[in-house]
Amino acid sequence: MSVPLVTARGLVKRFGDFVAVDGIDFEIAAGEAFGFLGPNGAGKTSTMRMIAATSPLDGGELRVLGLDPAAEGSAIRARIGVVPQEDNLDMELTVAENLYIYGRYFDLPRRVIRRRIDELLDFAQLAERRDARVESLSGGMKRRLTIARGLMNDPELVLLDEPTTGLDPQARHALWDRLYRLKRRGVTLIITTHYMDEAEQLCDRLVVMDRGRIVAEGSPRDLIARYSTPEVVELRFRPEVDVGAPSRFADMAQRVEILPDRVLLYTGDADATVAKVEPMEELLDGFLVRRATLEDVFLHLTGRSLVD
Amino acid sequence: MATPLALRVVEAEARVYRRVWKGSVVTSFLNPVLYLLAMGVGLGSLVDRNLPDGVAGVGYLAFLAPGLLAATAMQTGAAEGAWKVMAGFKWRKTYQAVLATPVTIEALVLGVLTWAGVRVLMVTMVFAAVVVVFGVTSPVGALAAVLPAMLVGLATAAPVAGFTIRVDHDAGLTNLFRFGIVPMFLFSGTFFPVSQLPELLRPVAFAVPLFHGVEMARWAALGLAPAVSPVASVAYLLAWTVGGTWWAIRGFRRRLWR
Repeated sequence: MSVPLVTARGLVKRFGDFVAVDGIDFEIAAGEAFGFLGPNGAGKTSTMRMIAATSPLDGGELRVLGLDPAAEGSAIRARIGVVPQEDNLDMELTVAENLYIYGRYFDLPRRVIRRRIDELLDFAQLAERRDARVESLSGGMKRRLTIARGLMNDPELVLLDEPTTGLDPQARHALWDRLYRLKRRGVTLIITTHYMDEAEQLCDRLVVMDRGRIVAEGSPRDLIARYSTPEVVELRFRPEVDVGAPSRFADMAQRVEILPDRVLLYTGDADATVAKVEPMEELLDGFLVRRATLEDVFLHLTGRSLVD
Repeated sequence: MATPLALRVVEAEARVYRRVWKGSVVTSFLNPVLYLLAMGVGLGSLVDRNLPDGVAGVGYLAFLAPGLLAATAMQTGAAEGAWKVMAGFKWRKTYQAVLATPVTIEALVLGVLTWAGVRVLMVTMVFAAVVVVFGVTSPVGALAAVLPAMLVGLATAAPVAGFTIRVDHDAGLTNLFRFGIVPMFLFSGTFFPVSQLPELLRPVAFAVPLFHGVEMARWAALGLAPAVSPVASVAYLLAWTVGGTWWAIRGFRRRLWR
């Protein structure tokens, strides 16, 4: 790994008695897309805000672009792009004006700002909405504008906090496509998400967070290989049927998870498992076979689902 | 050379203002015209008929105009420190966006308060022009009255910003205006001399920043001897401005740097 852009050792964040981030270590290399995956309240946003030099540490060490956020926050913020979870655009202004003002906060010359606005509106597919008030934009457009705004200073590192939360599937795919393009240009991305598909699509490497701690680290493929079987058979029982104990399924799969609405059978050989499921078919509403995902990794590591 | 961080905030505020300036100019022009007509000319004719020597030696319109200039500066400063700040950290969360850039908390507060000063200057300049048209004082006198009014505007905007950043709901601001700003507007010698107040309340008027602004504005516009030395009044208003700014920075840090 080359010189890391971000290094954290024993990072801690507290709010009163609540420990939001409980001594985590990680390193993020230049050019990679790095993810923090975890449910709401896992400490992802707190971690992001410390990296963005907008929140003080309560313990541990942090270096961002080789600088100390406590002493050189302003210099760090000048070189990174931040896309917050909540769009905090100026609703009264137009699309282009929002970018213009943001560019001035970075003290970019007006000539540079004008050029970047043109480029970024193309990039964000908002060129036709240039003079529209932000109020009138759809959720997906606002998100893309917030991302464009975070790119005004041509950052080396872009932090995206839950970039697609609240968007419809089409808008999510449009946004992922934009983020791929950034990644291909060599921009380092740090993404928090509680969507396992987002993490799988975007991240080269990720850490799984739960209750302020890192519970696993690796590429999406590594994590699935390490903590899950390649395939999963999901059973949905009829409501009146008593599912019974996990031992009932013991000879069907390598591992069993019983959830409130379904039973997951982790198996290396889905055909063999399905053959063993068939005799109980009249008890089922249905079943399906799927590839294992990061959701399964999370379930295995924490015993809980990512999205409740 | 890099633009100072606080000035970047002022520039952004000015850009936002460009969208609303027309309505805002009409308001800052109509307000003094209406007030001076209704209170200064209308009510003033009754006052003048009963007081042949005038109020503090001048006609009621002349007495009222500089006081109202200072009171308007206070109201403008209060509005900038209250609703603007509430929108920034709570309703629109634009402050959170600003703080993700090189701008620091201190620079944000200084920028917001500098812009409040610019707004006070705009409003009081329009007011001063109206006062001249009403024939109350010379253009030089009206301009001289703008200076103490500016100081009152800042001495209000800074502590009000410090108050606003500490409240969670706009009900807190409604109460600030109901129990703070409006009583000050009415009882700080703007509409009648504080000597008319019950004896017990007179010292309270001296503690209110607006009173010092009103006294100095009257002195500047009409040459009326102020009740307090202008040097002491300026020092007092500066203390409110500096103390309020310090208090606002602390509040901003507690609210936004966590």
